[in-house]
Amino acid sequence: MRDVFVWLNDQLLRMQWLSDLVTWILADGLGLDMTSRIAGSVHFFIYDVIKIFILLSVLIFSISYVQSYFPPERTRRILGQRQGLGANTMAALLGTLTPFCSCSSIPLFIGFTSAGLPLAVTFSFLISSPLVDLASVILLASIFNWTIALSYVAVGLVLAVLGGTLIGYLKLESQVEAFVFQSPVSDHDNDGQISRRERLIYARDQVLDIVHRVWLYVLIGVGIGAAIHNWIPESFIAATLGQDRWWSVFVATLAGIPMYADIFGTLPIAEALVLKGVGIGTALAFMMSVTALSLPSMIMLKRVVKLPLLVIFVGIVTVGIIVIGYLFNSASHLLI
Amino acid sequence: MKIKILGSGCKKCVALADNAKAAAQTAGIDFEIEKVTDIVTIAGYGIMSTPGLVLNEKVASAGRVLSVPEIAQLLAQAHPSES
Repeated sequence: MRDVFVWLNDQLLRMQWLSDLVTWILADGLGLDMTSRIAGSVHFFIYDVIKIFILLSVLIFSISYVQSYFPPERTRRILGQRQGLGANTMAALLGTLTPFCSCSSIPLFIGFTSAGLPLAVTFSFLISSPLVDLASVILLASIFNWTIALSYVAVGLVLAVLGGTLIGYLKLESQVEAFVFQSPVSDHDNDGQISRRERLIYARDQVLDIVHRVWLYVLIGVGIGAAIHNWIPESFIAATLGQDRWWSVFVATLAGIPMYADIFGTLPIAEALVLKGVGIGTALAFMMSVTALSLPSMIMLKRVVKLPLLVIFVGIVTVGIIVIGYLFNSASHLLI
Repeated sequence: MKIKILGSGCKKCVALADNAKAAAQTAGIDFEIEKVTDIVTIAGYGIMSTPGLVLNEKVASAGRVLSVPEIAQLLAQAHPSES
């Protein structure tokens, strides 16, 4: 039974067959020396790009299908029925089901806040939404392993719940632009009218839409990953981001904050960093800060909240990510 | 009748705008159509998913590309005298 699982995991998730196929084409078909650096980079690039696009399409299709049952209006209703920590936890969990674009965060923020949801719940949702989603979990399991993937979800959810709760505790309602509270609440819930066919079409459209939006980031991410993998000396990486450098998590987190990419573009970079001996916590911290915080999403949020709240939000998330990074680094012997 | 399409310029918004135009023309309604792309203005209508359809400043639908007959029905409700 265990062998069957391992085999399924290796072939379906890690796509060992694809790695073998790419090796075969490069070595036997093109006559490349697979131990050379160029062949290594080309293999990393082709294998990772194909793997990520296959997983991406399959995962987004399934998730979008599930997500069509949870339009934002329904999410808002579910969250409005709960209070306290339960509401925060629910918000963090429902955040994992949302689409991956930070452009939807503004309508959600206004829609949630004007309907009277507490800031604590809204921010739990806003933190969890870009950070944790089902697609990223499967991809993490594919590139690293299940322990790391599940730990990532767990700490991501904890960060969302705690971050939101803390923001709620600080009573920052005055730091939200006044027009947000005055916005009308419309409740156009399409859930009841959507047929199965429409859900399937919606899921297909989501795949096309997201692939169209992220393909460049994936190529850039894999390209950087391939460069790190074979061209940047290990000694350089070890000296800057190595496990024994106490500042590594700091540097990785701060470097990731302004960057805008989604988790699919960041994963290959994290993968290459870990292969080069960077701590798993450092790599995950980089990934989390790239996905959870970015300049474009901050500029958008600035239109609905005042500067102090924005700074507090970014601060809490940053500190949380740094703590998670150190936690993972110190527990890395349990994870790999 | 004032028809507004809310959406940040995605393909679905264009499709919804085309359908709305077709429906209004078929119904013989005097209309002007406007695309609203600013995300804060869109959210100001209270909707959380795009594309949105606004008829005479009232949100008629959100998050779906409606078909021509569906829009025709909404037009008739919003503007019974001209349909």
